[in-house]
Amino acid sequence: MAQHQVESAPDAAADWPDRIYDLLKQYNVRQVALVPDAGHSRLIKRCLADNTLRVVTLTTEEEGIALMQGAWLGGDRSILLMQSSGVGNCINMLSLSGIHRTPMPMIITMRGDYGEFNPAQIPMGQATQAVLEAMGTIVHRADAAEDVASTVEATLKLAFNTFRPTATLLGQRLLGAKTFGKD
Amino acid sequence: MVGVGASGKIDRRDLARVLLEDRGGMLVVAGLGAPAWDITAVGDGPQNFPLWGGMGGAAMIGLGLAIAQPERQVLVLTGDGEMLMGVGSLATVAHQAPKNLAIVVQDNEHYGETGMQETATRHGTDLVKMAEGAGIRRTMLVTEPGQVAALKAAIHKGEGPFFAVVKIDPASKPLVLPPREGAILQARMREHLMGPAAHLA
Repeated sequence: MAQHQVESAPDAAADWPDRIYDLLKQYNVRQVALVPDAGHSRLIKRCLADNTLRVVTLTTEEEGIALMQGAWLGGDRSILLMQSSGVGNCINMLSLSGIHRTPMPMIITMRGDYGEFNPAQIPMGQATQAVLEAMGTIVHRADAAEDVASTVEATLKLAFNTFRPTATLLGQRLLGAKTFGKD
Repeated sequence: MVGVGASGKIDRRDLARVLLEDRGGMLVVAGLGAPAWDITAVGDGPQNFPLWGGMGGAAMIGLGLAIAQPERQVLVLTGDGEMLMGVGSLATVAHQAPKNLAIVVQDNEHYGETGMQETATRHGTDLVKMAEGAGIRRTMLVTEPGQVAALKAAIHKGEGPFFAVVKIDPASKPLVLPPREGAILQARMREHLMGPAAHLA
């Protein structure tokens, strides 16, 4: 990994981000809300290159929850891509999904997880799944590349077929942990 | 006609009534609290999405809806406290630049639902300048009833994103509550837009 990159990113040869992109197309997702994360960079590039997807870059993750509410209200399927630290920003806004029965799938790259280097990432990373579940989100994890596509597909199906918040957590075991050259 | 309250500022119900008269296909998202009661007092229906929660999210709900329905005008009518809580979303709206989205803040300079505590706009925060700083080019500050016709024209012009602050009288109005079941509020607008197929999506 390049030294100038601040966060962990998957091996450039890993093609699971392309499988996620394929699923977004297969499930007719139209609006892709995101706060950038290194772990999502390849998927974000694919989405930005696709004129049929509307990429909405947010200033904070809770905006993405509200965007998904508006998208579904208007008939669009949407998704939120973020890092685990952003989940904490979403807590109250996630109530919109329960109030209005809105599909809100999320794909979350983990920090503060397997082999974390940065102490500041630990509190929210360790709380991510509990926080999501406390707000009624069905959470699945993928820690191996071969599990990513099936797990993300389950997350999309559960959201769009049963009208609720759902999440796939992409573990740091999959993404690799940034070590700032101190590994 | 738009009247003024005891403060000499615009009456919020008059404002809502005039903005929603002859609205055509315009969809309205109203921030929680008084803006939701205001649009309901004018007349409830499937083109209204009054919020009961999600404070700070009204503008972004409007953005998602405006992107999904590019042929429809979308108006977000919300309060100063609600807009301040989600003020970063003005940057997101400016970046996306939807032509069909207008955001109008009914600014009474107070948190009206919680005991009339003062908001930052009471103390110099200028939401119009914040919107302009965020990159929204078409903005308006409305302080006089005589400006409301121009405000309404700007909302309907379809050259958004458009952002306006209307300084309103802080008096509380009688509660006129929309349905509380959020699933109904959503399903009725989806059916209005997509027909019965909305429920089979």
